[in-house]
Amino acid sequence: MATDTTTAADAFYQQLGRMYGTYAGGFIGFVILLAILEQIGVPNKVLGYLFVFFTLAVYAIIGVMTRTAQLSEYYVAGRRVPAFYNGMATGADWMSAASFVGMAGTLFLFGYDGIAWVLGWTGGFVLVSILVGPYLRKFGAYTVPDFMAFRFGGNFARFLAVVVLVCCSFTYVTAQIYGTGLIASRFLGMQFEIAVFAGLVGILLCAMLGGMRAVTWTQIAQYIVLIIAYLTPIVILSTKKFGIPIPELTYGVAIAEITAREGQMLASNLATLCTPTSCPAGSLKPHIEPFINYSPLNFFGIIFCMMVGTASLPHILMRYFTTPSVKEARDSVAWSLLFIFLLYFSAPAYAAFSKLEVYTNIIGSNVSALKPWLFTWGELGLIQICGKSVANVQAAVDACKAIAGHTGVVRLQDFVINPDVIVLSTPEIAGLPYVISGLVAAGGLAAALSTADGLLLAIANALSHDIYYKMLDPNAPTIRRLTVARVLLFFVAVASAALAATKPGDILAMVGWAFSLAMAGNFPVLVMGIWWKKATTAGAISGMIAGFGLCLFYLVCSRYYPGIGVKYFGMTSLLNPVTGGPIIPNLQAAMALPNAMESWPTLAHPLANKVGWFNLNNINCGLLGMPLGFLVIYVVSQFTKAPSAEMQAFVDEIRKPRGQTVLQEKS
Amino acid sequence: MAQPDSKANEELHWQKTTRLMFIHLGVWFFFGYVIHMFVVPLNKIVIPILGFPLGFYMAAQGSLIVFVVMLFMFARQQNQIDRDHGYAEED
Repeated sequence: MATDTTTAADAFYQQLGRMYGTYAGGFIGFVILLAILEQIGVPNKVLGYLFVFFTLAVYAIIGVMTRTAQLSEYYVAGRRVPAFYNGMATGADWMSAASFVGMAGTLFLFGYDGIAWVLGWTGGFVLVSILVGPYLRKFGAYTVPDFMAFRFGGNFARFLAVVVLVCCSFTYVTAQIYGTGLIASRFLGMQFEIAVFAGLVGILLCAMLGGMRAVTWTQIAQYIVLIIAYLTPIVILSTKKFGIPIPELTYGVAIAEITAREGQMLASNLATLCTPTSCPAGSLKPHIEPFINYSPLNFFGIIFCMMVGTASLPHILMRYFTTPSVKEARDSVAWSLLFIFLLYFSAPAYAAFSKLEVYTNIIGSNVSALKPWLFTWGELGLIQICGKSVANVQAAVDACKAIAGHTGVVRLQDFVINPDVIVLSTPEIAGLPYVISGLVAAGGLAAALSTADGLLLAIANALSHDIYYKMLDPNAPTIRRLTVARVLLFFVAVASAALAATKPGDILAMVGWAFSLAMAGNFPVLVMGIWWKKATTAGAISGMIAGFGLCLFYLVCSRYYPGIGVKYFGMTSLLNPVTGGPIIPNLQAAMALPNAMESWPTLAHPLANKVGWFNLNNINCGLLGMPLGFLVIYVVSQFTKAPSAEMQAFVDEIRKPRGQTVLQEKS
Repeated sequence: MAQPDSKANEELHWQKTTRLMFIHLGVWFFFGYVIHMFVVPLNKIVIPILGFPLGFYMAAQGSLIVFVVMLFMFARQQNQIDRDHGYAEED
């Protein structure tokens, strides 16, 4: 019996290359088929539905086929996912709606300063591989809290780790489900709230039945879709414009053209330059000029927080629990970054091509000559002309006439675009067929779904394995543990969908917060637990509480209770990176307003996100919490009894790849 | 080759591992932060043919390429250290 399953499984792993190769070919064939359908006159909406439902059906089929009722398969995919494929799965797990949809838009708006996110979301894998990942693999845990519990004296450390995990994963997953809803509502014309719950069904089908095993094999399928979808439009654009199908090489010329065009626009009064003395909204910030959207502190702060956050996010770390060996865990991190790199080093090309297009064909043209694609987004309120969301040419002309002295030519300050539109609208800007737009939507959906799967699984596993099995009922039989995991998964998913359906405001900021929270709570304990044998239980626990607490306090206070922050905690206005002056010129006047001390329910507090310490943006709260965490662990460990000889031997053991995992799970 | 189970071997293995960690963290820090502090002077240099200002290029692509290459190298080097000290997993 045992040998039978082993041979069947071996055959499965041997055929992986052929299976996913066929799948990728099939997907490309499907896109070509839809392109033909478009040419013979099938309406766009039908194409959109075909794209979304076909891809969702494939993910669901993979999810159902690879379902499992075995513990180690459910939690760590049986620890036999080869490095290369685990890299692909991690790529999909990692790249969320924020990367796929939001990144290029941020680069479009912020130019050089936006690259902080690109650097931060790639360089962190260096830390994963060198400091944390392979050691956790050797330890042999099912979840990150498992490690904390073993190394730091039991369930209290486990509980703290679960709190950190749930806090950061939940803020993150809500952003993904929101992204799913956004794409489904735009391309299928569904109502947003319904679209959110429709996306949820797709997520649950993969994650609920098969746990980590099913999620792994669907994430690989999702990676293939998302990378094809992301690269196709810019490859076509680059070929059309420069005759070379490698956009990453050709966009340098586009950047030079943008800089030249910026000069022209200033010379012909189509734009005003943002200078340290005057920088009104809508003024020109040159694309390649650094530190005019983020101050150097916040620029490097974002890079640092995103990097360290990467090495602390449980849903990423647990992907490296699934490889067959420690060596493969290390190889797998390298493959992950390679697959992620393919998307991230292309994102600035998206930004450059669409910015050049906007600067040359929209700015400086007559309002009455604007292209129709602008108005489909204008209707949704995502593009504004002359300060109004306009649905047709006449409305745009009227809106501009209402501005005193307007000549009827679009100036830079007349055109406002929501960053999320850039990737989704690039095919239209470039005049590509609708099938490419549908492809991009399917890719965005794959990105959001795959990340949501990984995050929900991380939360559900922590609740079922760490809280239920390890803390509440250690004698629970396998069947009951898996049932609890599935039921919890369902409720967590519904809760985050319900939150997403209320359209919480600053989604991108929420993703940033997740990283900072993970960084402050997890990074010091993980690193000290592995690299410093003398780190004690008391040190680790107080370090976690102090670091995570400070980060959470700074975040919540500056976001939801800015009045209290200013009055009692000495927070001051953040500074404008260009002028160096405060964003809120008269803080005392703002504090004298009747609603200044109001809080949580008033989400639109006028001071929210605008106050803080040391001019530090609250996305970077990990920059306060993490050093404090390290310091507290170090100091408290000096004054408490050193860990036992067994514990120190255990730390030696996880440093050597050879041999059994430290933690042995009875199955 | 040293005895896998001796204390001396264990310490030497960890010493080499730690040194490798610091080397890679140094490279990581240089390409993640230090080089971008000089973006303004670097932008005065334009890469021939491609047309990128060097400072912009390093942030958008150069550093990323370094990170990817670095990780493949690190995996090989650390694996070599483990094998030299008899701590590698059996193939």
